[in-house]
Amino acid sequence: MGKKTLLNAKEIEITLHRLAFQLLENHRDFSNSVLIGIQPRGVDLLNKLVDILKKDQPDLTIAQGQLDITFFRDDFRRREEPLEANRTSINTILEKKRVVLIDDVLYTGRSIRAALTAIESYGRPDDIELLVLIDRRFSRNLPIQPTYLGKQVDALNDEKVMVDWKQDPKKNSIYLINKPV
Amino acid sequence: MKQLSVPHLIGIKNLQKKDLELIFETADHFKEVINRPIKKVPSLRDITIANLFFENSTRTKLSFELAEKRLSADVINFSASQSSVKKGETLIDTVNNILAMKVDMVVMRHPMVGAHKFLSQNVDAKIINAGDGTHEHPTQAILDTYSMRAKLGDLKDKKVVIIGDILHSRVALSNIYALQLLGAKVMVCGPPSLIPVHISKLGVEVEYNLEKALQWCDVANILRVQHERMDVKYFPSIREYTQLYGVNMHLLNKLGKEIVVMHPGPINRGVEITSEVADSEHAIILDQVENGVATRMAVVYLLAQQIKRL
Repeated sequence: MGKKTLLNAKEIEITLHRLAFQLLENHRDFSNSVLIGIQPRGVDLLNKLVDILKKDQPDLTIAQGQLDITFFRDDFRRREEPLEANRTSINTILEKKRVVLIDDVLYTGRSIRAALTAIESYGRPDDIELLVLIDRRFSRNLPIQPTYLGKQVDALNDEKVMVDWKQDPKKNSIYLINKPV
Repeated sequence: MKQLSVPHLIGIKNLQKKDLELIFETADHFKEVINRPIKKVPSLRDITIANLFFENSTRTKLSFELAEKRLSADVINFSASQSSVKKGETLIDTVNNILAMKVDMVVMRHPMVGAHKFLSQNVDAKIINAGDGTHEHPTQAILDTYSMRAKLGDLKDKKVVIIGDILHSRVALSNIYALQLLGAKVMVCGPPSLIPVHISKLGVEVEYNLEKALQWCDVANILRVQHERMDVKYFPSIREYTQLYGVNMHLLNKLGKEIVVMHPGPINRGVEITSEVADSEHAIILDQVENGVATRMAVVYLLAQQIKRL
């Protein structure tokens, strides 16, 4: 199985910092913003970004939540494997808030569409932005684009982008593998 | 992978422990959903469900209907009192007529034991048992055990007593099966005339003294006295029943320990349970109702997941 590194630990570190500060630039004190990680892997990314922001600005309070999109997916009853749900925890009403959806990889855009629908259950936000670490361009099924972007990659459909978070950040990596048949 | 091991929900007897655990896990997610400002998910938007009630029901029917609507399913309701059943139509004909309108799932309550099994073998739809005669009421047992688990954690070796009219109770039988699957110890308590003769063969203990039963248990599930199913007198008077088997505050205070009090509803206040107990912090009767919607959403969702689309 071929394995091609897209970002090494150092590059991931730099990219995470850039994304965190782009958020800071646009949202200032985050007083009206809510960062929402999409379960499961977007939540890891969310936590890392919040850590960076808190380290830089310890006084910052950032509202955050985790969203599971299982019940909003458009492939219910269309898959061989049943869908497995995850925890949702959003403790605030999103009415008139600025929401940033956070996920690790943007592929077909269908998860994001499901997340956009799911978000409606918590009110009508003023705007919704999208932050992703990896954007697999040319593979979109829907007209969805990220607002904040770590790295854009070209990948074939039978390849999979793996974001591998380790306990030790120096061992983090993002790579491309062939999907097991 | 995570799927129910059964194609229909006919009874708890057909389920395995992992099925109950999957239903509980899924219900946890739905409980969060029904506490959102907008309490609805679109999963079942292309599924149609018929609720067929050949016997009266208020809360089970409402609970199922709400669960189905929260999942965005289309729902049609049918009660025997307003139907052609009175004109002599057979069960299969009635159901096939409804299925001809492209219905995917049938939630049914029927006075005849085994009606659901019979139906599942003869029609092409998912069947959920919402009560068959005095046999099983699986979703009630699921919501009861789910509520106990929410209150007490793992039910292994927990002691549960079911009090009252065990003879006519489908809730009792389903509860016994579900509790035993989850490793709990079960006792039944009531007047000898309302305890089935061979019930101990199910592996449950029998106790005729209410005070001893309460002293033994962690949870008391109090059943309603079902006057409508009693064609002969099973006990001399309501007053005597209340004196011997009615749960009141005085009894609970004497125990020297906290127990959880449950009731599947509708409550006969002042008969099997006093108002004081029903409204006290011991009782989780309204939690049961809330959990009823979440667990029924889980059951409907998990069965709908098995309906393959072309």
